[in-house]
Amino acid sequence: MAPMPTAKSAPKPAASGDAYKKLGAAKLLKIHELMVRARLLEERLIKMSKGGDGFFWIGGPGEEAFNVPLGLQVKKGHGVNFDFLHLHYRSAAIVLSMGAKPIDSLRQMRSVATDVYSKGRNFVNHYAIPEHNVVPVSPTIETQYATAIGTGIAQARAKTDAITIVNGGDAGTAEGDFHSCLVWSNRPVRPLPVLMIVVNNGWGISTKGETQHGEKNISDWAKPFPDMPGRTIDGNDVAESWAALEEAFAYVRKNRKPYLLEARCSRLYGHSSSSGANRLAEPDCIEILEKKMIERGLAKAPDFKKVWEREAAELDAAHKQVKAEPFPETKTVWEDVFADGLPPSYPTKGGS
Amino acid sequence: MANMAQAIRMALHYGEKNLGVTEIFGEDVGAPLGGVFTATQGLDNAWNSPLDERGIIGAALGLAWAGGRPVAEIQFVDYIFNVVDMLKLCANGHWGSGGRYKTPMVVMTPTGSGIHGSMYHSHSFDSIATKLHGMKVVCPSTPLDAYGLMIAAIKSDDPVLYLKPKALLRSKGEELIPGEPDEKTLHDMIDAPLGDRTKWKAKWPKLQEYVVEIGKAKISHPGSDATVVTHGRMAPICLDVARRFAKEGKGAVEVIDLRSLVPYDWDAIKASVKKTGRVLFVNEETEITNFAEHLIRRLVDECFYELRVRPRLLAGKATPGIALSPNLEYFIQPQTKDVERALGELLSDPA
Ligand SMILES: Cc1ncc(C[n+]2csc(CCOP(=O)(O)OP(=O)(O)O)c2C)c(N)n1
Repeated sequence: MAPMPTAKSAPKPAASGDAYKKLGAAKLLKIHELMVRARLLEERLIKMSKGGDGFFWIGGPGEEAFNVPLGLQVKKGHGVNFDFLHLHYRSAAIVLSMGAKPIDSLRQMRSVATDVYSKGRNFVNHYAIPEHNVVPVSPTIETQYATAIGTGIAQARAKTDAITIVNGGDAGTAEGDFHSCLVWSNRPVRPLPVLMIVVNNGWGISTKGETQHGEKNISDWAKPFPDMPGRTIDGNDVAESWAALEEAFAYVRKNRKPYLLEARCSRLYGHSSSSGANRLAEPDCIEILEKKMIERGLAKAPDFKKVWEREAAELDAAHKQVKAEPFPETKTVWEDVFADGLPPSYPTKGGS
Repeated sequence: MANMAQAIRMALHYGEKNLGVTEIFGEDVGAPLGGVFTATQGLDNAWNSPLDERGIIGAALGLAWAGGRPVAEIQFVDYIFNVVDMLKLCANGHWGSGGRYKTPMVVMTPTGSGIHGSMYHSHSFDSIATKLHGMKVVCPSTPLDAYGLMIAAIKSDDPVLYLKPKALLRSKGEELIPGEPDEKTLHDMIDAPLGDRTKWKAKWPKLQEYVVEIGKAKISHPGSDATVVTHGRMAPICLDVARRFAKEGKGAVEVIDLRSLVPYDWDAIKASVKKTGRVLFVNEETEITNFAEHLIRRLVDECFYELRVRPRLLAGKATPGIALSPNLEYFIQPQTKDVERALGELLSDPA
């Protein structure tokens, strides 16, 4: 596996002009605000997990430079005429960029009755947002690449420019489901409009990617398929991520064919609460963005400070509110077992 | 008389014409074969998938989330074991999402023994299937039930695992499917010809909606001396034995054909056992952690004082597989003579 590009080794902006200046201050400030929102949310979730205000934490601090541009480019809505998202558990910045509220993540972390994503049943960062086609996030690694096939088929049949987006980690690409998605998306009789994303943080929990994977880039898995571009980018760089996503989205939307995009990103707090969730010395994409914007005169340090303070205050208020919310009643476990309700004679005693 | 494969085909056609089924897929499900048991021959929306069970179930789940009513096939239940976690996702998606995502999809798959299928074409999956909580599980034993259960499965907003008993797919029933023409006409209309099929198109009889409610068992033979609870391949065998026992004056055996394993018709089982006090469960699964063991435990809990003798189970032997040599297969899997013996013992056990 090639070393992860850092901001320093990232490709220089295209000769046609500075990529950051091209994006412009207004858009970059919007992106920055969402990145900060996502980062503070994740840090709050970690704190809750460590402080007994919830249990397991897993999330995506370090992926904001890639995930915010992704979320902002989604054609969001409900049904086959809008993009479908099959996400894994590091996608907070994506759903926040699509309008999800941080308070709903706090609710899922505390597993209170108001948890809209799972009614207190699932881990934090496991969304289900039908109004935005975010299908249920599952803790099972890689199965999202198998379910992406289905929404991809529905969109290939429909007269639409909407596409299916699926993301996951690098270690998970060893699973068959990743290869199922490659094969089914490239069937000659019906190619699928699927944007396959792999966020490569170089790790699967404690196992270094380079010890298990001989392929140079994960995006090389696109190579056998003539109509599927594959590309590896520096996902810690906002401008590079924005442009790469723009290209990938446009290709899939227009050609109704798949694209494989690998983004190299940091894993800033390790794997999850199971590995301590402590801050690590990897490149921080928000620091990188702030530096680039200041260097180019697109913003000043006090502008950023205000954003951090405002977002933190909003999170404080939300957290306070969630702490006052009730936990789910035990009888709710019988809700949603079946769509048409529980049959009266269904066994509910748990034994004799 | 239609056979079970034809009945399933007709129900699927009814589904694609009237119930919004736009995708029927799996390995060799489309033209020219129309399924290894021909259950999808001639359908407008049947297509061949890659040889990939995980992709098949993933595709079905994604299609359901996208608002479709897909019907996917696993070619033999023997090859479903590598998708158990995908099936769990289908089963738990509605609950796990707090009721936000429904999962209207059907997974159909040939199950059980009886075709000399040896180790990998004879499996049953009932016990594991019934542990995928949130998934409905059905298994017909007649063409009419196969038709009505498929229509019910398609209409359900829950995922339905539709088990097709391999040994019965060619068998005919005693009841006609609504709209079914005579056997020869039906054959000419919907069975693909041998040889070149490129120009062939099925002609469908005028089909009607007929629903067998999921969760409702059928009393296929009434009786008051003993109860047999069964399904799938064993159901016609139990029915046949019960009829013979009645004729020969050996006892009046009530046969309950479950048809649905989840949810199961507890009221029907309980009412019958309260009446007879004697019960035998018959299925093809192996005896260790057999689905019927749960039913027996529940009977012991709820009908202990109505049971006149100990409840019994006739099931497959717990071998690692089902053997090919007929005398081995017939030893491992319950056969007619085993049902006769077990029923005889049940009826003669002193209360
Ligand atoms: C099928 C499955 N196997 C194992 C696990 C346990 N597990 C959770 S995360 C993980 C590592 C995933 O690594 P990668 O795909 O690189 O994603 P990352 O967490 O690094 O984003 C493992 C092994 C799981 N959740 N699902």
